[in-house]
Amino acid sequence: VDALTRDDVEQIALLARLALDDAELEQMRVDLTAILVHMDALAEVDTAGVAPMTHAVPMDLPLREDAPGPSLPPPTGPDTDDGFFVVPHVIEKAR
Amino acid sequence: MTLVWKTAAEQARAIAAREVSAVELVRAHLDRIAADTTGAFLHVDAEGALARARALDAAAPAGPLHGVPVALKDMLVTEGLPTTASSKILAGWVPPYDGTAVARLRAAGAIVLGKLSCDEFAMGSSNERAATGPVKNPWDPTRVPGGSSGGSAAAVAAGLCAASLGTDTGGSIRQPAAFCGVVGLKPTYGRVSRWGVIAFASSLDQVGPLARSVEDVALLTEVIAGHDPLDATSIAQPAPRLADAVAAPAAGLRIGLPREYLEGDLDPEVRAATDRAAAILRDAGATIVDVSLPHTKYALPAYYVIAPAEASSNLARYDGVRYGLRAGDKRQSLLDLYRNSRGAGFGPEVKRRIMLGTFALRSGYYDAYYRKAQQVRALIKRDFDEAFAAVDAILSPTTPAPPWRIGEVVRPIDMYRADVFTLPCNLAGLPGISVPAAFTSGGLPLGVQLVGRPLDEATLVRAARAIERGAGVAGRRPS
Repeated sequence: VDALTRDDVEQIALLARLALDDAELEQMRVDLTAILVHMDALAEVDTAGVAPMTHAVPMDLPLREDAPGPSLPPPTGPDTDDGFFVVPHVIEKAR
Repeated sequence: MTLVWKTAAEQARAIAAREVSAVELVRAHLDRIAADTTGAFLHVDAEGALARARALDAAAPAGPLHGVPVALKDMLVTEGLPTTASSKILAGWVPPYDGTAVARLRAAGAIVLGKLSCDEFAMGSSNERAATGPVKNPWDPTRVPGGSSGGSAAAVAAGLCAASLGTDTGGSIRQPAAFCGVVGLKPTYGRVSRWGVIAFASSLDQVGPLARSVEDVALLTEVIAGHDPLDATSIAQPAPRLADAVAAPAAGLRIGLPREYLEGDLDPEVRAATDRAAAILRDAGATIVDVSLPHTKYALPAYYVIAPAEASSNLARYDGVRYGLRAGDKRQSLLDLYRNSRGAGFGPEVKRRIMLGTFALRSGYYDAYYRKAQQVRALIKRDFDEAFAAVDAILSPTTPAPPWRIGEVVRPIDMYRADVFTLPCNLAGLPGISVPAAFTSGGLPLGVQLVGRPLDEATLVRAARAIERGAGVAGRRPS
């Protein structure tokens, strides 16, 4: 892998919904580049025709009885109102 | 004082025989917790534990853990007890329900003393990555207890609880068990329900016990295992019966020594401990066979693609809306609310893994990293399948080296390497156990690992009991 650029790291941080300050972004660039060098070993392995293993135990998706059970109590987040979560406007006003 | 050093099974027997009350037992442990210097506990529920002990003393002994004081890694969701995964982002969260493993422990009569420190969201191998600071190894307070279930291992080793539960995604039960001189079992993937377990990497996570004897981990596994309709990946099998396996001799077992684990950069005392465990098994009538697991060197890179990828998805739920911490001001946008809350709430290692996982799943990189790692995972599983055609269990060191000093391991990749012998077992979904085998010349505990066939915890318990009996270190206590 090529060394990650500052732009790469900023883009990944946006996708990951993480606010990182300048020092964190630079440290992340250095750390991720160093870690990814070790991941390149995977390219040596001949995996032609090998089905990806998504799970340890092969099984069909089990279905439960469609019967109602007890519900959890109403939410308790950092900002709630009458059982609802309070968040900023999800749909921005037209400018 | 001697009460707290009894094993969980001995404590249960003492209560059943009315030699001691649950209240006395809980008080003895609370006294030790009050004087503790390891920092293993994040939250102690003294009142709740004593109330439960009084109720159990008034009732006829029923479950196999009636009155036995236990403690739980903070990755396990507990009704009415704060649950934080050692993270700032979950500070103050008090769950409204018990996870299945916790509910089963309580139903068996166990008394929950409190919650135990771990690396934040179980991401680490030293318990230095808890938001509340490091836990100290009871055998040497300058050294790490291992991780991520470091609090679970330290609490058992220091006599703060009879037994504990941890979680194991890449070695997080077995590695700290080895570092603290206790026994730790990671059951087969799907054996123990993940309902009510804070998710790290869902195709790898498994709950299991840590205790001071093989008999105890067998007992706790029997209690917590078994099918649970609330976990879609739970295997539709009853809990294994392991009591007979504890008593069964190891004679006739075929034990494999994987040559890839024993070459390279292995600490000489770790190597000697493994040789000693093999000799004990041989003396007990087992046959030792060389085996090969050729894809071993690719397990670490495959794991550090797959686990962070799953983590980046699982940890998306911590958004500053539904739990714990919200950062930023009232006027910020929703996107900034997410970014600021997550930026302020997660520690450096958790951020690194979320970033790594987001990178690996990103459009254009998915095939080269995530898909490739899943293919390599299939080859690692195949290696084990082929080895198990010739042997009943695979013996290796649990860790490449004894516990290091707090602050000594700095680079992330060096920390990741601590899991090199434990994480192939998670990738393949197999059961694994770590059992104390020796001490270093400096007095630090060393463990060996046994990995078994799917659902064959019984063979692991049988072989580990033989090592425990032969090694003669089970009676040692930290000063």
